[in-house]
Amino acid sequence: MPIQQYILIALVKIAIALFVLLTACAYVVLAERKLIARMQNRWGPTRVGPFGFLQPLADGLKFILKEDIIPSHVYRPLYIAAPMLSLTLALTSVALIPIGQAIPLGGASIPLQITDVNIGLLIILGITSVGVYGIALAGWSSNSKYSLLGSLRASAQMISYELALGLSLIGVLIGAGSFSLREIVNSQAGYHWNLWYRGQVFAFFIYVMAAFAETNRVPFDLPEAETELVAGYHTEYSAMKFAMFFVAEYANMFTVACLATLLFLGGWDGPVFGPGWLHVLLPVVWFVVKILFFIFLYIWIRGTLPRFRYDQLMAFGWKFLLPLALANIVVTSLVIGLQGR
Amino acid sequence: MHLALFLIFGALAVASAVNLVAQRHPINSALSLVVVMGSLAVLYLLLGAEFVAAIQVIVYAGAIMVLFIFVIMLLNAGEEERTRGSRVAMAVGIPGLIVLAGALMVSLSERNPAARDRVPVGAMFGPPVEVGRALFRQFLLPFEVTSILILIAIMGAVLLARYHAPHPPVARALDPDEAAELLEIAGTHGSATGARERARQEVRR
Repeated sequence: MPIQQYILIALVKIAIALFVLLTACAYVVLAERKLIARMQNRWGPTRVGPFGFLQPLADGLKFILKEDIIPSHVYRPLYIAAPMLSLTLALTSVALIPIGQAIPLGGASIPLQITDVNIGLLIILGITSVGVYGIALAGWSSNSKYSLLGSLRASAQMISYELALGLSLIGVLIGAGSFSLREIVNSQAGYHWNLWYRGQVFAFFIYVMAAFAETNRVPFDLPEAETELVAGYHTEYSAMKFAMFFVAEYANMFTVACLATLLFLGGWDGPVFGPGWLHVLLPVVWFVVKILFFIFLYIWIRGTLPRFRYDQLMAFGWKFLLPLALANIVVTSLVIGLQGR
Repeated sequence: MHLALFLIFGALAVASAVNLVAQRHPINSALSLVVVMGSLAVLYLLLGAEFVAAIQVIVYAGAIMVLFIFVIMLLNAGEEERTRGSRVAMAVGIPGLIVLAGALMVSLSERNPAARDRVPVGAMFGPPVEVGRALFRQFLLPFEVTSILILIAIMGAVLLARYHAPHPPVARALDPDEAAELLEIAGTHGSATGARERARQEVRR
């Protein structure tokens, strides 16, 4: 493939991925408001467009048109850089996520992934671990006690749960023998999903719990506990800068949902039938359905559970999830080692 | 392409390292160190050591430096004060720098036989499989000894954090009734008389 064609295809893929991701973020916000509203026996947004479907557009317009206030006591360079860092890192990890098999197009086959790296999973973990800076620096540079407390909580929580998250993936990696997300999915083809085929139920549980904590969602939303910290690390942010944090949080939700699907639920594995074009389309549909399941789980749990107390949060991460993840590694490697003999 | 990337990220690493020393605010210094770590990761990637590069980002940039920043935030460290520089530093530092640069030049020059058989780019322990094999077969003992060393360091840190000198006896000039009131305000559940009784015991002790 000539280099110009390669670059063109890559650019088109990036544009499509960003457009789809940002639109999906906007509509997940709407879905969250609607579903939470139904769970609380009210309607949610209904006024803008039919059933409130244009609400995300109105929200976006409002964010753009609002006055962008920078308080006078902040440390400006980092205050401005922090939301950009958060959003950039949150959007970067999408580049590594495969959403389906390759499309045959005019002789060449185009993989449904922006870039396929053989250490894709590690790079995503690296990006999420660097993502802490956005929140930590936002809290610090705001020069306000609520922001600082929020970002201290966020960094402590993310460092603590990153360990359990990383360790929960090792069982999957031992089974697949690769860091490449595409190969991990291929190793689960034919309904040999890691969730049951290699007995990674506990790893799945640990992953989902740790992913909730990493994305600062209920019941781990102490960094922005509105009853005690106003809004946590983004207290001093307004207009587009706040929107950047907001979008980054939802993009991170999508990333962890994609990872959970790819690693535990067989990625795009599902029943495929019909003519040729359906063979390309259906895997993508299954992938999207699995992601939506996780997104619904996020919203459902937000509507159900109260917030953890801080000591409970730390005890849960260090004393329960971490030992469980270690035990899972030992058992999984023992079983795979014995089978291999 | 490789050369251009090497020059860009090498220069970025050096510039950030200089910036790290030159900045007056600890948080800026810490962030420069993050940039140094990131550029080093790219250099590792150029050498074909993708696993090491990813681990560099996850462990150094993602975990260790976050802890640095965490501590800076927690202590609310302010700008550092500048001294005029000590004479000893000048007297030892500049000759030391010259000797180091000279040693580097000699070891990298063509005359050194060890420098001639260079490692070709991308031929080193690139893929995770190779790193794992080297780590768990060839270097298993050093690896385990290092992990035990780190474990000992962690235990030492926990011990230091837990260790408290015996408290000096606190003067207990609290009147029992006053203590009971305080306990009630503090939200002791149960009856007021019970609280008073508990406070009396507390004071007697």
